[in-house]
Amino acid sequence: MGTVGRTVGPVVVALAMLVGLLVLADAPPLEAMRLLVSGSLGSGTKIADTLVVWVPLAMAAASLAVTFTAGLWNIGVEGQIIAGGIGAAWASRTVGGPAVVVLVAAVLAGVLAGAAWGVLTGVLKTRGGVNEIFAGVGLNFAATGLAIYLIIGPWARPGVASTSGTELFREAAWLPTLAGYRIAPIALVLAVVAVVGVWGLLRGTRFGLRLRAVGANPVAAARLGVAVERTTLSAFAIGGGLAGLAGAMQVNGLHHKLVPAISGGYGFLGILLVLLAAYKVLPAATLAVFFAAVGVGASQLELRLDLDSALAGVFTSLLVLLVLLGRGLAESFRGRRAVGPSPLEDVT
Amino acid sequence: MEATFAAIVAAAAPLVFASVGETLSERAGVVNLSLDGTILLAAMTGFAAASTSGSVTLGFLAAAAVGAVIAGIVGVSSIRLGLNQIAVGFVLTLLAAELSSFLGGPFVRVPGEAVPAWPLPGLSQVPWVGPILFDHNASVYASYVVAVGAWWWLYRTRPGLELQAVGERPEAAHARGIAVNRLRMGYTLVGGALVGIAGAAFSLDVKFGWSEGHTTNFGWIALAIVIFGGWDPVRAALGCWLFGALQVLALELQPVLPGVAQILPIIPFPLMILTLVVVNRPWFRAVSDRRPGLRWLLRNDPPAGLGQRFVPS
Repeated sequence: MGTVGRTVGPVVVALAMLVGLLVLADAPPLEAMRLLVSGSLGSGTKIADTLVVWVPLAMAAASLAVTFTAGLWNIGVEGQIIAGGIGAAWASRTVGGPAVVVLVAAVLAGVLAGAAWGVLTGVLKTRGGVNEIFAGVGLNFAATGLAIYLIIGPWARPGVASTSGTELFREAAWLPTLAGYRIAPIALVLAVVAVVGVWGLLRGTRFGLRLRAVGANPVAAARLGVAVERTTLSAFAIGGGLAGLAGAMQVNGLHHKLVPAISGGYGFLGILLVLLAAYKVLPAATLAVFFAAVGVGASQLELRLDLDSALAGVFTSLLVLLVLLGRGLAESFRGRRAVGPSPLEDVT
Repeated sequence: MEATFAAIVAAAAPLVFASVGETLSERAGVVNLSLDGTILLAAMTGFAAASTSGSVTLGFLAAAAVGAVIAGIVGVSSIRLGLNQIAVGFVLTLLAAELSSFLGGPFVRVPGEAVPAWPLPGLSQVPWVGPILFDHNASVYASYVVAVGAWWWLYRTRPGLELQAVGERPEAAHARGIAVNRLRMGYTLVGGALVGIAGAAFSLDVKFGWSEGHTTNFGWIALAIVIFGGWDPVRAALGCWLFGALQVLALELQPVLPGVAQILPIIPFPLMILTLVVVNRPWFRAVSDRRPGLRWLLRNDPPAGLGQRFVPS
């Protein structure tokens, strides 16, 4: 299955399923589909809103393509996005000077904080013997806890103890947006750079080769002289950094303050995307447009047809489940075994 | 004091069902990562079934069925189709959580049936122990039975020995004529049903009612407790009580120290990570090996066949 097949196939399954779901929910399918399209792509504003969602999804997909290639289940991507948001918010609040200085500092702080959170997961895995899934889940909780603590504690708005967020940053820390739209062109460019950069890294460099070797078989890779621990930690650093970049974009490009739900589940959606795209970054980033459109369009379904907007989530996760099961069935008919990266070697 | 301990025991009951259920499934070698979503969907379904039928028992049965169906998907896709258990479990986590929001709309904050109180006659009169352990309801008593029963089954019966074998050394079990994959599927279903019951134990008792995201994060906490408990049902239950104590403490601290109360629910994770880091140190292994009496409490090795597919040759 080529890149086109990996992208188009799932979308076709998805559309068929979406119609089925709408019929089940007693909604007129054609009207709903029309609303979904017009609500996400129907006007310049709507397209910009879809791109606003696409940016963190694409960055999360790029981040996860790196860690999955190294055979790592980086469920901690969610926490790394939050850590990036916290780092960016810290820089936005403390660094003075003109917009260029503040924004560069914020993005760097976000990337570094995300990378640090990722490397922490990696060190717990390589040195502490803690599987990255559970270390990741734990650090997700810790990042959420830290964000809430900062918002109601040291960074609380004067006189208000509320979890709705910190005070808005001064405008020098806002990524400039196109007049009349919510999308920041710089964020869009960074997302494209992240996706293409990861694609190049995994495809055309020695480092990419090492990642793949470690992902396929760490024991064999070590025998061939690959520094497995260093490669694993580098994967966590790059993946965490890209996730942190997504957090910085959410903070400086969209909310302009630190809010508790800084990631909003984009990290987990990114995992779905990468599973759907069989761990390939370009198809994942392309499918992310579709996921973003469904997510943005679903709010129209709630407004106009009184359908719960959880429909979008039901749809995307059901789609991924069915595609995975379909792949498993196809493989087992062909008599081959083991799909995807090797199963867990050690769950501790 | 007694009231506080009684509150801890009650608060821990749903987590005991979930973590003992997951312990059984993981001891057979199958990771069911979907707990957080399963508990949500089962809590919603259990509450909906009980409030429409008027029967709490029916609510628990419906919740158990939801848990078993989701676990069944994990089981079939990993055992039969050879898919990655973690991938399927993760997708199911999200799917079940979204379904609970999508389908649960009509049941948000409506009145319904709750598990009736049932102080055990005689036992609840025993000083100190009575009010703490035996002045609850059937759901809480069942959590004791499940934890101790699972321990007894695992370590004191022949089928329990077979369960350990399929999780630790599937090839050897297979050579002895044990149907490895059938047993794995069976324990995955039973474990999933217990996870479903955990959902109903929330929505029909401990955290009565339904609202969107009603039990969010409890599934991840149960998964952490399975590891913290070293894959032992009774140790897992003790872990749940410890977490119940943290929850009750958070409630009592809320008016005094609101900041601390917000942070307490995340404590199981740092605690689990710390435990794992400590028990994996060589010096710690040396200590626990030298004292056989402590081994039950200190051993923390996952089943050797956990997460690995077994294809009979």
